[in-house]
Amino acid sequence: MDATPPVEEDCACKQGMFPRKSLSRRSLLFAAGSVAAVAAPTRGRAENAAPPGAAHYDVAVDPTRELGRALGVDGGYGTRSQFETAVRLAAANPNAYTTSSLTPLASQIGNLTPSGLHYERHHAGVPTIDPAKHSLVVHGLVATPKRFTIADIQRMPSVTRRHFIECSGNTASEWGGAKAKTVQLTHGLLSTSEWTGVPFSTFARQVGLNPEGAWALAEGSDGAVMTRSIPIEKMLRDGLIAYGQNGEALRPEQGYPLRLVLPGYEGNTHIKWLSSLQISEAPFMSREETSKYTDLAADGRAWQFVFEMDAKSVITFPSGDMKLPGPGYYEIRGLAWSGRGRISRVEVSIDGGKSWTQAELAGPPESICTVRFKLPWLWDGKPAVLLSRCQDETGYIQPTREKLVAERGLNAYYHYNGIQAWGVAPDGSVANVAA
Amino acid sequence: MSRLSWTLGLALAFVGAAAATAESPPEPNFGTPVSEAELARYVAIAPNGTGLPSGRGDAARGREVYLAKCVACHGAHLEGVKETGGLPLVGGRGTLASAKPLKTVESYWPYATTLFDYVRRAMPFNAPGSLSDDEVYSVAAYILAKGHVVAEDAELDAASLLRVEMPNRQGFYRDPRPFGAATTAR
Repeated sequence: MDATPPVEEDCACKQGMFPRKSLSRRSLLFAAGSVAAVAAPTRGRAENAAPPGAAHYDVAVDPTRELGRALGVDGGYGTRSQFETAVRLAAANPNAYTTSSLTPLASQIGNLTPSGLHYERHHAGVPTIDPAKHSLVVHGLVATPKRFTIADIQRMPSVTRRHFIECSGNTASEWGGAKAKTVQLTHGLLSTSEWTGVPFSTFARQVGLNPEGAWALAEGSDGAVMTRSIPIEKMLRDGLIAYGQNGEALRPEQGYPLRLVLPGYEGNTHIKWLSSLQISEAPFMSREETSKYTDLAADGRAWQFVFEMDAKSVITFPSGDMKLPGPGYYEIRGLAWSGRGRISRVEVSIDGGKSWTQAELAGPPESICTVRFKLPWLWDGKPAVLLSRCQDETGYIQPTREKLVAERGLNAYYHYNGIQAWGVAPDGSVANVAA
Repeated sequence: MSRLSWTLGLALAFVGAAAATAESPPEPNFGTPVSEAELARYVAIAPNGTGLPSGRGDAARGREVYLAKCVACHGAHLEGVKETGGLPLVGGRGTLASAKPLKTVESYWPYATTLFDYVRRAMPFNAPGSLSDDEVYSVAAYILAKGHVVAEDAELDAASLLRVEMPNRQGFYRDPRPFGAATTAR
């Protein structure tokens, strides 16, 4: 055992912070499995290869002097523009089945993440499930164990709510100090969607919860048969059995045809491909809630069942690896969110935290949902350090990295929500720097 | 509108009743009751042993299972194989408070039931759920023996698995968030 090599934490969330150095744009296209990218390069010009999610069309010399393309050539399901290239960045992981991909937050416009850019974390690949053969069984400490087909669930009274989901490993690269290059790498395990489904409380009435039922074990139908024990109070308060995402069915990577949505809880508890909810008196102590998603403290013991994602914000523009063309007007933009409720305030500093200015929230903040913030900025061409910090309606204020480390040590890995700093150099280049 | 004018002259309580009838029919029954037989496939195992199946296995048989089905990802010495993402299973005791904590079944997992549950549901990685209960008991015995948690010749079944004392059993805080909402940046 003495020869055991040090093995890094296997969480793909972390590996996502260190993308393959050799990841070229071309290999990324292939890696993403784009039919267009794979099929097109062998014939015609290389630029005819459209990015994933797009189709190539010849560009009009003067679109006012020729007919556009006919309706229906897309087969009835539209694609994005061939000029839009943002993609999820796959984690550098030798195992492509238990890994993650990160949302390109720097290019996200508005508050919702396009379904095809929602971050992923899989533990045994993405299963292909026929919804006609899928169902949810609610059993355990209940009066009447029941099976609900997808058709059953779609008949039940539904709700639609906007919530973020954040992996507990998001931003874990920054525990030891400024590290990852871009906001996609530092904060991309965060996405926001409009979810549609049926509250768990409705299922609870249908099966009749036994008063001793204090936990629900959610189980997925992937190869990991992933399980997490969830407190029944949370399930009853706002647990959602979701089948819809952003106006259509869930994407397969997001749990098609059924996933659990637990607003504000760490991402891995939102069990995808949900097939069973077993009500119990006590948690089952599954692998994910003992050996995996627990936060190691400095004394060698670990915090368990750390569910809520704390208030957090990040500036997405300007952010790491960008280059500002020169001094002048810019709108600083970013996202803020809290697993405990609404964001009440976001402040921005352009001088490394010496002074703070309240940013404008782009619309009324929703509970347990991201909100955009913005602040106009006239850059004078001198070095600047841009920070954001947020406060949620509970009064909690996003902490500095130093405070987090003093409180939790350097081994917690999960639940990092420290203030992020981006340094702007006189040449306009932007880099991840110490806050 | 016609309903509104029709109810205008009526007592308030009756208005309420009429509205409830018109807008909120009683919740119908959804879903279909399932039989005990159908529920048999849900086999989550609790720390108190609920769900543990019959069967048995020892480290000698577990070694055969391991070498056939686990070694490619977890290594000949259960040390993990970086190229496959397979985690180390043993070692790491005494490292959890260090700068390089090594979390393994031996050093970190608080319950032996979790090992059985996880191996049975999710391993081997390329053929999850394919091991027999005897094979799961055996490979659990092998991993725990290699981690010096049980004796080399220990045999595991539902009763003896429950008696296994994991080294890090007391390694978890009951309070999930001693820091939590008290944190402020100022």
